[in-house]
Amino acid sequence: MLGYYLDLAFRSLKRNIGLTILMILAIAFGVGASMTTLTVLHVLSSDPMPGKSQDLYYVQLDARPMSGYRAGDEPADQLTRSDAEALLRARKADHQAMMTSGNAAIDPQRAGLQPFFADSRFTSADFFPMFRVPFVAGNGWSADDDANAARVAVIARPLAEKLFGSTNVVGRTVRVEGADLRITGVIDNWRPVPHFYDLYTDNFGKGEQLFVPFSTSREIKLDRSGEMDCWKEAKDPEALGAPCEWIQFWVELDSAAKAKAYREFLVQYSLEQKRAGKFERQPNVRLRNVMQRLDFRHVVPPDVRLQTWIALGFLLVCLINTVGLLLTKFLRRSAEIGVRRALGASKRSIFMQLLVEAGIVGLVGGVAGLGLALLGLWAVRQQPADFAELARLDLPMLGATFALSITASLLAGVLPAWRACHVTPAIQLKSH
Amino acid sequence: MHFIPILSTLRRHRTAAALIVLEIALTCAIVCNAIFLIRERIERMNQPSGIAEDEIVRLQVAGVTKLGDAAEITARDLAALKAVPGVKAAALTNMVPFGGSSWNTDIGTKPGAEAREINTAMYMGSQDLVETLGVKLIAGRDFTPEEYADFNAVQSQTAHMPSVIVTRGVAEHLYPGQNAVGKPIYAHGDEPQIIVGVIEHLARPNDFQGRRGARYAMLFPVTLPYNVGSNYLLRVDPARRAEVLAAAERAINSVEPRIVLKRQTYADVRKENFRQDRSMTYLLTGVSIGLLIITALGIVGLASFWVQQRTRQIGIRRALGATRQDILRYFQTENFILATLGIVLGMGLSYGMNLWLMSKYQVPRLPIEFLPIGALLLWVLGQLAVLGPALRAATIPPAIATRTV
Repeated sequence: MLGYYLDLAFRSLKRNIGLTILMILAIAFGVGASMTTLTVLHVLSSDPMPGKSQDLYYVQLDARPMSGYRAGDEPADQLTRSDAEALLRARKADHQAMMTSGNAAIDPQRAGLQPFFADSRFTSADFFPMFRVPFVAGNGWSADDDANAARVAVIARPLAEKLFGSTNVVGRTVRVEGADLRITGVIDNWRPVPHFYDLYTDNFGKGEQLFVPFSTSREIKLDRSGEMDCWKEAKDPEALGAPCEWIQFWVELDSAAKAKAYREFLVQYSLEQKRAGKFERQPNVRLRNVMQRLDFRHVVPPDVRLQTWIALGFLLVCLINTVGLLLTKFLRRSAEIGVRRALGASKRSIFMQLLVEAGIVGLVGGVAGLGLALLGLWAVRQQPADFAELARLDLPMLGATFALSITASLLAGVLPAWRACHVTPAIQLKSH
Repeated sequence: MHFIPILSTLRRHRTAAALIVLEIALTCAIVCNAIFLIRERIERMNQPSGIAEDEIVRLQVAGVTKLGDAAEITARDLAALKAVPGVKAAALTNMVPFGGSSWNTDIGTKPGAEAREINTAMYMGSQDLVETLGVKLIAGRDFTPEEYADFNAVQSQTAHMPSVIVTRGVAEHLYPGQNAVGKPIYAHGDEPQIIVGVIEHLARPNDFQGRRGARYAMLFPVTLPYNVGSNYLLRVDPARRAEVLAAAERAINSVEPRIVLKRQTYADVRKENFRQDRSMTYLLTGVSIGLLIITALGIVGLASFWVQQRTRQIGIRRALGATRQDILRYFQTENFILATLGIVLGMGLSYGMNLWLMSKYQVPRLPIEFLPIGALLLWVLGQLAVLGPALRAATIPPAIATRTV
């Protein structure tokens, strides 16, 4: 039976070939545009630490003065160096790391290679185990190295290959701003998307090439970058005790009870600071996990969401267009349907026959839409935005594309087929 | 015209008519909002910078290894840059209008952190910055050479910046209705800076303060070292921009070899800053055109079907004395009725869509004059789309009525 329906459908579609192409193209463009924008949205809103993101928390304290205070305000977004170092020493979480971004000049000490800048992270020992950073050789540094401002560094695979032509370089040194740092480990290509742990650099950036203990970075005076907010003028805003917030602080707490306890600890810490005259405001702490933090900071650009809505609106118009055209087409065949009904075809079989025809339009449109989505994503990748190269169709989105195409074709087909199969045979036969 | 028969025909094709009305309504609503958003983006991209854009080129320089006395190198850089043929003026600054990263501080008319009223972009630049930028002084004067302080001394609070030049926006906010020249502002340190000049406008490097803060910028007389300021701006003959840029890079490297991070004309700075808006404009334009084409083709398809379906009726009407003109009018009127229903519905949808966009994406209210634009567009589109099928209908000969089906 299906073969017969297919045959009928193809004949019918061929009879109005221009119209068939129009309906297919409408669905294809609607699906293509929607899938392109949905894929970009999906990539940008993905979880950078699947399975672990719920246990990683970003710490905020309010060390600002009373001026400009409004009850219920969000605390400062970053920590002062003093607070970050105090929390690091307290070791109240399973893992904790302070960090900031920087830009370090590397002297390759190799003929034919000019000095260059590498995106860097000045952090502490727990950064690597806490964020599950994969190593190809060696390891991170130790808490003692942090305390002693040891001359050590971890480098990323591309930097190792650029400097030494190999990743087997543990124990060798890299010269950074005139200081020789011993390499303790080489990390593999690692690029969490979004770049969740520091939202003051590119949100979808490539990640860092050089990792240096924070303490060391201060001693050899590496240039920091990112945002710094000072509420009083400071002679040296990077010094310990300066009234400037510029450090990000992450902790790992693997249960709700631990998170609650840590929040309590932060409140206690704030109270102590207030008693000691260092804080002016009432304790105001935040402890957001990765996804809460990304959401709070609106990491997905609003334009991307807007584009998705526009594309879905476009798809809706395309669908309505196809429904209208199919309906008119089916109803024009009322006479034929009347005859078939009179000859004994059930409503059901008429419905199925018409649905097959609509299904072909939807399916072909959907497949063409998939092609257009791939083309659209290719176009997105040519854009200069820093997330551009991430715009690729993954397996779930491929499945979603097919689901969308099938839903679209069913939506486009069911109503016209339903209306057409209710044609009353008697009237049709009489009028001819 | 014969509205009644048309309406009764449409009632017999209720579902199809409703679908085309809905399609027209949605297209009208989306296109109205899209045109509005496009206008918003174009306005954003065309925001004035307040500087002599056609004549400015920028070199952003970074020093890899510590080269020694940065201030001294900076002075040599500036001398070398001014010697490049085609350069009219050169200055080092900490930031560039629409250049992205910014230095900002809160300022006020009284001392004390509580009295700081507005967040203001803080341009610092070596001598000749005002001339290099080509900003328009509307009151007061440029800085005098004695007013310049050294950046490191200012930072460590061993020197004080005596004066400031502010934009009209700052002057009007802090000293409304008064001449701001000679008045103090508190921006850095406990001592005030005296306003010596007011300029018409100087755009901020980014829009993190939104529309409200867009007019607040000021200039300080500070000689920066190149490793702090990093942006060399040159005012050049517009015809020689490319040539000057290449020569300027050579000049800088002849002083001390360094990495030039960016070497661009100001037109490129602007283009880079607004690329997101530009691609959004293209997308919105593409979607609008796509929607109009789809809707037009939908109308053509539907009308063609209806013409085929009614061939016999048309023949009968022609045989009974209707002219070709009458038949043509019939389909045109039918389309007009459908389009009008769609447009009325579309206006409501436009408004609703705009309210929703306002609540979620900080889009301003849709001005009322955009609704007629959308309506006119859809009416014209509908009439154009129906013309083909209607003309075909008009050519149906009366004899067709006498033939059997």
